[in-house]
Amino acid sequence: MIERRLPGLLVLGCFGALLAACAPAAKPYECTDKIGCVTIAPAASVHIAYALVVAGPDAVLGTDSKRGVEIAIDDKGKFRGHTIELTGEDTGCNAEGGQAAAQKLAADKTIVAVIGTSCSSEARVAAPILRDAGLTMISPSNTAPDLTKPEKHVDGYMRTAHNDELQGAVAAAFAYTTKGIKKAATIHDGSIYSQSLAEVFAKKFVELGGEIVAGEAVQPNDTDMRPVLTNISAGKPELIYYPCFTSAAAFITSQAKEVPGLETVQLMGADPMYSVDYLKAAGEAAKGVWNSSPDFSAFAGGYKDFLDKHQKKYGEAPLSAFHAHGYDGANIIFAALEKVVVADADGTLHFGRQALRDAMFATKDFKGITGNLSCSATGDCSDTKIAVYEIVNADPASWNPTGATDTNPKKISQ
Amino acid sequence: MRKNSLGRLTITDVVMFAVGLGLAGVIVAGSAATLSSGKYTLAQWQDLFIFGLAQGSIYALIALGYTLVYGVLRMINFAHSEVFMSGPYTAYFFARYMFNIGFLQAYPVAGLLIVSAISMLTSMAIALTVERIAYRPLRKAPRLVPLITAIGASFFLQYTFRGLYGSGIDRYPELAILKGSISVLGVRVLVTQALVIVAAAVFMGLLYAFVMLSKTGKAMRAVSEDKETAQLMGIDVDRIITTTFALGGALAGAAGVLYALIFGQVQFYMGFVPGIKAFTAAVLGGIGNVPGAMVGGLFLGVFESVGPSLFLDGLGIPAPNQLKDAIAFTMLVFVLIFRPSGILGERLATKKA
Amino acid sequence: MKTQPATVFQTSMRFGLIGGGAAVLFSLVGMVEVFGQRTIIGGVVSMGQAFVAIAMLLSAYAAARQLSSVSSSAMLTAGGLTGVTVGALLAALVLLGTSINIRDVFVSASPPLFELLSFGQSPVPGMLLLLVAGMTMGLAAAALLFLSPAMRSTAISVLLAVGVVGLLADLLRIIISQWAYVAPLVEWVFSGKGLSVPGALAIAAVVIGLDVLANRRRNKAHNLAALPATALQKRMRTGALMALLLVLPLLLGTYVSEVLDQVGLYVLMGLGLNVVVGFAGLLDLGYVGFFAIGAYVMGMLTSPELGLASLSWWSALPIAVGVTVLAGMLLGVPVLNMRGDYLAIVTLGFGEIIRLLALSDALRPWTGGSQGIQLIAKPVVGTVVLDDQLKLYYLILAGCLLAGFISSRLRDSRLGRAWMAMREDEDVAQAIGINLVATKLLAFSVGAAFGGLSGAIFAAKLGAIYPNSFGLLISINVLALLIIGGMGSIRGVIVGALVLVGLPELLREFAEFRLLVYGALLVMMMLYRPQGLWPEEARKLEAHGDGDNSNGDQTAAIPA
Repeated sequence: MIERRLPGLLVLGCFGALLAACAPAAKPYECTDKIGCVTIAPAASVHIAYALVVAGPDAVLGTDSKRGVEIAIDDKGKFRGHTIELTGEDTGCNAEGGQAAAQKLAADKTIVAVIGTSCSSEARVAAPILRDAGLTMISPSNTAPDLTKPEKHVDGYMRTAHNDELQGAVAAAFAYTTKGIKKAATIHDGSIYSQSLAEVFAKKFVELGGEIVAGEAVQPNDTDMRPVLTNISAGKPELIYYPCFTSAAAFITSQAKEVPGLETVQLMGADPMYSVDYLKAAGEAAKGVWNSSPDFSAFAGGYKDFLDKHQKKYGEAPLSAFHAHGYDGANIIFAALEKVVVADADGTLHFGRQALRDAMFATKDFKGITGNLSCSATGDCSDTKIAVYEIVNADPASWNPTGATDTNPKKISQ
Repeated sequence: MRKNSLGRLTITDVVMFAVGLGLAGVIVAGSAATLSSGKYTLAQWQDLFIFGLAQGSIYALIALGYTLVYGVLRMINFAHSEVFMSGPYTAYFFARYMFNIGFLQAYPVAGLLIVSAISMLTSMAIALTVERIAYRPLRKAPRLVPLITAIGASFFLQYTFRGLYGSGIDRYPELAILKGSISVLGVRVLVTQALVIVAAAVFMGLLYAFVMLSKTGKAMRAVSEDKETAQLMGIDVDRIITTTFALGGALAGAAGVLYALIFGQVQFYMGFVPGIKAFTAAVLGGIGNVPGAMVGGLFLGVFESVGPSLFLDGLGIPAPNQLKDAIAFTMLVFVLIFRPSGILGERLATKKA
Repeated sequence: MKTQPATVFQTSMRFGLIGGGAAVLFSLVGMVEVFGQRTIIGGVVSMGQAFVAIAMLLSAYAAARQLSSVSSSAMLTAGGLTGVTVGALLAALVLLGTSINIRDVFVSASPPLFELLSFGQSPVPGMLLLLVAGMTMGLAAAALLFLSPAMRSTAISVLLAVGVVGLLADLLRIIISQWAYVAPLVEWVFSGKGLSVPGALAIAAVVIGLDVLANRRRNKAHNLAALPATALQKRMRTGALMALLLVLPLLLGTYVSEVLDQVGLYVLMGLGLNVVVGFAGLLDLGYVGFFAIGAYVMGMLTSPELGLASLSWWSALPIAVGVTVLAGMLLGVPVLNMRGDYLAIVTLGFGEIIRLLALSDALRPWTGGSQGIQLIAKPVVGTVVLDDQLKLYYLILAGCLLAGFISSRLRDSRLGRAWMAMREDEDVAQAIGINLVATKLLAFSVGAAFGGLSGAIFAAKLGAIYPNSFGLLISINVLALLIIGGMGSIRGVIVGALVLVGLPELLREFAEFRLLVYGALLVMMMLYRPQGLWPEEARKLEAHGDGDNSNGDQTAAIPA
């Protein structure tokens, strides 16, 4: 328990402060940073905040990322003798929630950096507020392309999630070029993420010479997908691309083969389907499904470890696809902080906000569990390597993305 | 429902008729365009119809819970969607256990009956608890007050179950006997769908018989007709209300297991959408009216399933299935314009209007 | 209530099981563990422990009070026994959780939870400690009843004040540190995420002091209290309130302005829905539809992104409100003949249809589909662009005042009387010559206009709108605040909005439990104050009436 040790620390800290005041050699930290500095007193903790959706119907998405951050904090333990504290605000996966959360975080001057937001709509309104407060935010799950377009990028905004444009294009190229599929259909669930991925996929697929026979959409809470699948079956596609979130994706997966005309269709999704939770939700039909995701195979060990810790800490498998991105985001903050922080003899920490921001943007070749991360000037940090996987076994217990030999899902792109 | 005055057409009637006619026009035009394009085969239409029927049976079972409670208390029991969620979510853990020890595979029928019983009992217990805590003290309050406690109870239950069982999705075990499809009069029907439709029909039949034939059922009808008089006739109104909630809860629990069999997934948020739809179905059929809830549920299920392809596809609207809920609600308006108290509600409503 | 007095044992068991059940539930949904990391008083009490303690205290207090007519020993026994029962149930949970794996089912039954519940000890001594803690808490609660009423209320206020300040520590710290003179106090009063020990003591002292003062004044002013306020006093009070409203956001900073903005937008919507539901008695569950139309029309007309038009905010405003009014009438026509709950579900459907259309791919060129509309114009007054929460606050305040003025005038007008007559009984209203069609349509239009205005400001405030901001929850929230505040009451709307929008917003950090607490709060408030927090005088009488439905639906519906 932190608070039980606090009085002791407090005393120690005060004592240290006294010593520091007496020591003539220590020169006081001077803030030269143009957007302000943060001072962390000896007894205070390093305060990281999240702005994620952790309540309401989309809670799974943000809770998943938040847990990644919490595990990163557990792994880090202490930062130069300071505990790391995570607080945060629910954003509700809507713009007004993002605005309110950002306003509240902006008012708290002890916050070092922000992990968030979950949904792209929140980021669009939250980013300017956090920028003006001198904070740097790193999102684990915003994928909308415009957020890191140079003309729209807001200073201080970065993300470990990969841009839809990248992933959609890889998926389309894999389907058309590698597998020779000529007719595809798309389904999205009406979220910004899903809609723009489907759109990018369709555009690329047509550019390459393929044909999109149906562009359908469902509601994220729909359960009966058979009508929409029947609809699609009329166009006789060889592949259905449905970058939807776990619940809808699993319903589509488990119902597709029951629809006449789609018995042999190839199913393909995106990163929400690269998760144990998806396997759990989709059941036996998940076998043979393709999905695209960051290339985990390059990074043995780390991810498996992470999954074990997750199971131990929360009693369940990760809920969605963006826990690893949360984990990496938090670690990018810690790494940058290590670089810029100035410690006094008594343990007081100082750093400049702009310096931290610059250090975060300067992240290069960072070994995360989602890949080898390097951040661009407009805040895109995700590894550019997207791989396509095939689920070879539908049993959640066989989930083994990082095994040496019999990995499940198995990487099928080169 | 009263009409404004005898025989005279008012401007309202004209406008309403125009709105109704306009909607009908769109429906007919869309359907004609779709059918003439020949995009879908007869078999596909049959499939869509059966999908809708199965979904509609589940709506109907949940709708019965709304309608029963409405009958005796005149209140919309918003927490009913969570009553529906609690049963199958709790029973899931038993199903998983029985699957893991091999019981469910060895004795699937007995296993499913046990799972259903647990689900029904849980839902019933939740329904009774909500009634006791959130509704009973408010019998005499203005009618919007229990509506708000119902909404509050719904939130509370939803997030309590999320806290208890986690926010992930769980999946019911898949059973070999429920796989594949059978052919009924030349129409292909999935086994799960057949089971759902038949089971729902049995439950609805039993309920109807109970309400019409049993003594308690008679008392329920008396209470819904006039609470005070019923009391004077020696009916224990509180007991009847409790029975009503218990019945509605049990039906919701049964619907929950059927839902889990046909769709597989259970999670804390699963009650919300079916709850709203079932409520719509209850109103569509004539709220407070038991056969009305059944008809409304089936009607809604079928239109949701067939509607997007039939009405919108032909009009060249992209992604028509995205609008299936909009179609469901539009159909509701359409029906209520012509029959303001629901498909079957009218005869009963005029009695006291 | 039973006529026979229950025995001490029965009473204690009953309350003990209720309290223990609640404590076990708190533990299993994860509240105890998550809030175990939050402190109320640093190093002394964590919020998780507070939950358990509250369950013990409250149930023991209730049990002891029930027996207060029997004997003081009975009260003490009952208090202690109840507390022990709560402790025993928790101990049983610890035993169960540490001996078999219940975590496969209950995800929150984690080792840290049991460690917390057993005070960091191994299970057996921990379980004993739980029983002892239960007994102590129970006896303390029963002892509270022996205090004089004044002292008891002081003691309870102290506990409440420390609890609330500890709960809101994060927020208060942010607010106080903006005030230069008292900012140093922050470090002294708060420690970590909660109060410091001296801070808690200071708050206790302040509360006791205030309580004593208030008691003295109450005794003195006893004879004067009955006099009604004079017109001058009333005017002065209004003036003071206005002044407070004007400076409030300046004092409390940007974040609180943001909260007040949200409250204001809901007040606007609440006033609009109040006309429809409160005055006219038409149950509307799709009010968000008007809010959405206002926001979307504003977005479509001012955002250069869609390329439809790029008007300024002010020139688009009348169009936005006008379109919303039209939509109100359009909705009004088909539902003219529907009553009560048929109306409720059709309006609910209307709200959903609007959202689904905004989201649909089919209307994407006009509404932006799931990508929403960005770059919405901000209102400009003179040369000032209202682009932050503080400046927008004044715009919203002006909107609320206007809406409040209009609705209070309407309420007292002929039309208002017609609405209320219709609310009480449509058939009678028609019989005395009220034109139901016009009256209903006017109610819908006025309600829609306020909603549209709120939506238009909302669009400007965010600068970007997305379909998922316009879900059913908003309609429900607006209706709930109306009823929590007191139906038909304009001041009730404000109180309701503060409680149901402001409070949850301040508690945003309690994220995953926010809606759980919100739900419980709705139920409890309605149970204790079914007439609302601040009802109109006339309605107050009605609420205690015979429970006749005030909503016009007298259609009999028989299950058969």
